Amino acid sequence: MFKLRRFLKDYKKECIVGPLCKLFEAILELLVPLVMANIIDVGVKNRDSGYVIKMGIVMIALGAIGLMSALVCQYLASRASQGVGTKLRSELFLHINSLSHAELDKLGTPSLITRITNDVNQVQQCVAMGIRLLSRAPFIVFGSLIMAMTINLKMSIIFFLAAALIGITLYLVMSKSLPAFSAIQKKLDRIGLISRENLSGNRVIRAFSKQKSEQERINKATEDLANTSIRVSRLSALLSPATYAITDVAIIAIVWFGAVSVNNGTGMLSGDIIALVNYMTQILLAIIVVANLVILITKASASAGRINEVFETQPSVVEKKHTDIKTFTDEKTPKIEFKDVFFTYGDGDDELTDISFEIMRGQTVGIIGGTGCGKSTLINLIPRFYDVKSGEVNFDGVNVKEYPFTQLRGQIGIVPQQSVLFSGTIRDNMKWQNKDATDDDIVRALKTAQAYDFVSKLKNGIDSHVEQGGKNFSGGQRQRLCIARAITGNPKVLILDDSFSALDFATDAALRKALKAFTNDMTVIIVTQRCSTIRNADQILVLDDGCLVGKGTHDYLFDNCETYREICLSQLNEAEAKK
Amino acid sequence: MKNKSTVSKVLKKIKPYSGYLFLSIISAVISVSLTLYIPVLVGDAIDNIIDAGNVNFKNVGILLGYIAIGVVGVTVFQWIMNYFTNVISYKTVRDLRREVFAKFNNVPLSYIDSHSHGDLISRVINDIDAVGDGLTQMFLQLFSGVVTIAGTLIFMLMIDWRIALTVVILTPLSLFVASFIGKLSHRRFTRQQILQGDISSYVEEHVGNQRIVKSFLYEQRAFEAFEKYNNELYDVGFKAQFAGALANPSTRFVNAMVYAAVGIFGALTAIVGTLTIGQISCFLTYANQYTKPFNEVTGVLTQLQTGIAAAARVFEVLEAADEQPDPENPVTLENCKGNIKIDDVSFSYTKDKPLIQHFTLDVKSGNHVAIVGPTGCGKTTFINLLMRFYETDSGKITIDGVDIREMTRDGLRKQFGMVLQDSWLFSGTIMENLKYGNENATEEEVIKAAKAAYAHGFIRRMPNGYNTVISEGGGNLSRGQIQLLCIARAMLTNPAILILDEATSSIDTLTEIRVQKAFARIMEGRTSFVVAHRLSTIKESDVILVMKDGNIIEQGSHDELLAKNGFYSVLYNSQFAKTS
Repeated sequence: MFKLRRFLKDYKKECIVGPLCKLFEAILELLVPLVMANIIDVGVKNRDSGYVIKMGIVMIALGAIGLMSALVCQYLASRASQGVGTKLRSELFLHINSLSHAELDKLGTPSLITRITNDVNQVQQCVAMGIRLLSRAPFIVFGSLIMAMTINLKMSIIFFLAAALIGITLYLVMSKSLPAFSAIQKKLDRIGLISRENLSGNRVIRAFSKQKSEQERINKATEDLANTSIRVSRLSALLSPATYAITDVAIIAIVWFGAVSVNNGTGMLSGDIIALVNYMTQILLAIIVVANLVILITKASASAGRINEVFETQPSVVEKKHTDIKTFTDEKTPKIEFKDVFFTYGDGDDELTDISFEIMRGQTVGIIGGTGCGKSTLINLIPRFYDVKSGEVNFDGVNVKEYPFTQLRGQIGIVPQQSVLFSGTIRDNMKWQNKDATDDDIVRALKTAQAYDFVSKLKNGIDSHVEQGGKNFSGGQRQRLCIARAITGNPKVLILDDSFSALDFATDAALRKALKAFTNDMTVIIVTQRCSTIRNADQILVLDDGCLVGKGTHDYLFDNCETYREICLSQLNEAEAKK
Repeated sequence: MKNKSTVSKVLKKIKPYSGYLFLSIISAVISVSLTLYIPVLVGDAIDNIIDAGNVNFKNVGILLGYIAIGVVGVTVFQWIMNYFTNVISYKTVRDLRREVFAKFNNVPLSYIDSHSHGDLISRVINDIDAVGDGLTQMFLQLFSGVVTIAGTLIFMLMIDWRIALTVVILTPLSLFVASFIGKLSHRRFTRQQILQGDISSYVEEHVGNQRIVKSFLYEQRAFEAFEKYNNELYDVGFKAQFAGALANPSTRFVNAMVYAAVGIFGALTAIVGTLTIGQISCFLTYANQYTKPFNEVTGVLTQLQTGIAAAARVFEVLEAADEQPDPENPVTLENCKGNIKIDDVSFSYTKDKPLIQHFTLDVKSGNHVAIVGPTGCGKTTFINLLMRFYETDSGKITIDGVDIREMTRDGLRKQFGMVLQDSWLFSGTIMENLKYGNENATEEEVIKAAKAAYAHGFIRRMPNGYNTVISEGGGNLSRGQIQLLCIARAMLTNPAILILDEATSSIDTLTEIRVQKAFARIMEGRTSFVVAHRLSTIKESDVILVMKDGNIIEQGSHDELLAKNGFYSVLYNSQFAKTS
């Protein structure tokens, strides 16, 4: 909780003035009974209606000033709490953006959604209520304690004992329920996760008729959440009755010891007892508000912990910030070079073993190999989504680790395996690589990606709406739009990660032809399962179980690389392969 | 009024817990009356303490004893009230979540396809949470509030009915003020919840697809777009909070005015001589007590309003139209043969864009049907209709002569085993995922299927083998591996009809051929549909349907179609075309 203190910094003024206003209002409120006493003691006693009306006006004025003061407090509290929430969300989002994929996988998207919405809401609510309510209670408690001491020092021991007991109770309930509130947020994550799965996997769930078992899953998760919440509420529901019990026992003690003291004639009067009881009641009323706040604060600190967890997660791939990279863009330096690269995810076996190759500027390179052989892993190293275990990946003759991300990734257009579009229009999606892309740029890219045909047939053309993920387009259409998205910015290097899988062969061929014409100096890397897609490539890399088992042209590899030959023959007959 | 109907809908959801509600109210009555009574006892006790040597300890002791009993009562019943209100709201929240979730699986698939998932998740998580908060606050304040009002009213009436009447008539003023402010801010609270959903869906989309965001260096722009929502939420949230927070000081002001009015009126009456000073002070105390609950209710007004706005969004989902219900007397297929007839079917996703038109097809039991065609020609749509994910606009589909609408959806889908284009796994172990379609499968059967799908090898290499937990959507696996797992999963279901929609598009061809062989063994004598782009994989099919623009334009075996020299042969030969 305290770690998030820095977010209050910009709202120092609000956090100080707000409670002060509230305090001022409380003081005015305390004056009202005095004025009323005057009305009765002076006005009624003297039968002076003029005085009564005058004092009445004073009371109304006190109310009006109190109202203004309260409004200022509410205004400041709303501003500070919403401001803190907004800043939290914004920094959380920024921080999430800076994390590498490994960390995001660990935290999980549904949990991040809950944290950036629900958890931030809890903290926000706590700030608002804190400013509104927290100042009044200590003021009244301390005030009453001091007043009690001035009345009778001995009797004030009862006050201190009661205050200490209440403090201990608050602390106990708070510390006992904090872990439970953390658990509750985690259970909320789980509900988010199951909901998300059921939305994204809805087809499969229906196809397998698993609605019932999915419902049981959520029933269990919600039951679990309800039980934990109810269990913790058993404890937190104790807070206000316990405070009530403590203060009333204190009142009993005050009356009893007061009676003894009055009886002994040791300086106490029955009026003093009434005053002490009244002060104790004041404390009770103030603490009851605090008790409700305590639950809120406990909830908020559980949420704050979860927010902090995100802030404390550091990206595993760290960017070098300096900008003056001297690159080598001559004809002789390879555009991309792998030197003795080893790679592993976490601590497992090597995913890539001793990979070395060079890709020259403007070349078209194919990467082929069995499922799970490391093709995608290999290309993920080029834009430095992951760092190598050993060896070097060089881009324009410079190690990718030396680049600022913008300079490296800005040159690379990637078409991912999973063809995902973002909600918005086609135009919005096409501007991902280059936000200043003109209509001509976009149309040209769409034409190259063989997507213009169907896009131009849509009622709104490139301004047609795209649903989340691109669900309103077929798999093949989505893939072509993703390709167009990647080439709109004229990248120096285009990486196609199995991006033709949903295309028929005619489209595939036409697309490759168009890409060739699109730009001459673009280096193209094609990861694929189809040997027909890459048979004309300048260079083909054959991967098998993380090792590079062949590199060369189609004809060379077909004659010399057993793995490649096998792959080709699984798709084409010998004559077709040699065509 | 819309506001009111939302509240009454929420109250209906509480009905099952009316027992708790009843106990809660009883506890509120007991604990509040005791809290009102204890000060009287304290007063009486003090009256027995007069001065030195003149204290009636016996009476004081008895009265203090009563107070002690009263305190125990208040503590216990207040706890019960607090606890039961929490129970009611948590259980209602649980029920609401379940209901919304059940709704996800009851609406037509098009609903899921066309709504933002992040926003729907936000309704399940944030909105329902807000409803729960609102409920707790409402009950806590309402119960003790109503009892306090009733109690003080009785006490006041006993003293002087005229002044009591003044208080009763004046106090609701504060309610008018509160409800006026409530109406003013309602729109903002609604907007606040909507923005909350927008933020969720933006985060869901952009955090869920960070890899793409990163590769396009889109971080900064994503942040800017997020900030736009975030700042709007600040703006609306601030206004909603402030407007809602206006209510409490305003009602307190109104009540302070009432208090002043009572004081002045009482004082003036006393001057005339019909009221004693003691009665005035009594009155003022009760006037204070009486107005307090009104203040407390407005104190939680923001939470109540957030709750109402959130509840409206929850009910929006709950009230979405369900799928056409299953027939009352469904036909069940025993020993499905797999004769499928598609009779003059037309379908479109949107009215103005006809997709499948007058589609007719007759598939005999045991046929292997391949469907090819350019992307977007309706292959996947055809499967959506066959499995009744979407309803046909006209025409009918029959299996073994039975219209698929005469069966239950479950009964229909049980006949199919399918591997879809969008392969999907859920978070859990590999074993759980493989058993998804057939929970009773033994471990041997699972391993056998995994071997047949050529997934056994890489599963074994994973850290915990079959017990390795895969993250949501299969994040830590390659697409090819996910597809292999989906195939193994389908193999375990042992269906009458098999559908493979681009099931092997990301699998290398060597593995694919082996997997196909395994499928061929399983599919012997069963009907199957295969959608594929790699024509090499479908050469052996009995019938190849060539689709274009929602219609079958060619139909026949591989050799027949090649001989025809039509669209299929163009498609087939394009894989040998040179690009340069």
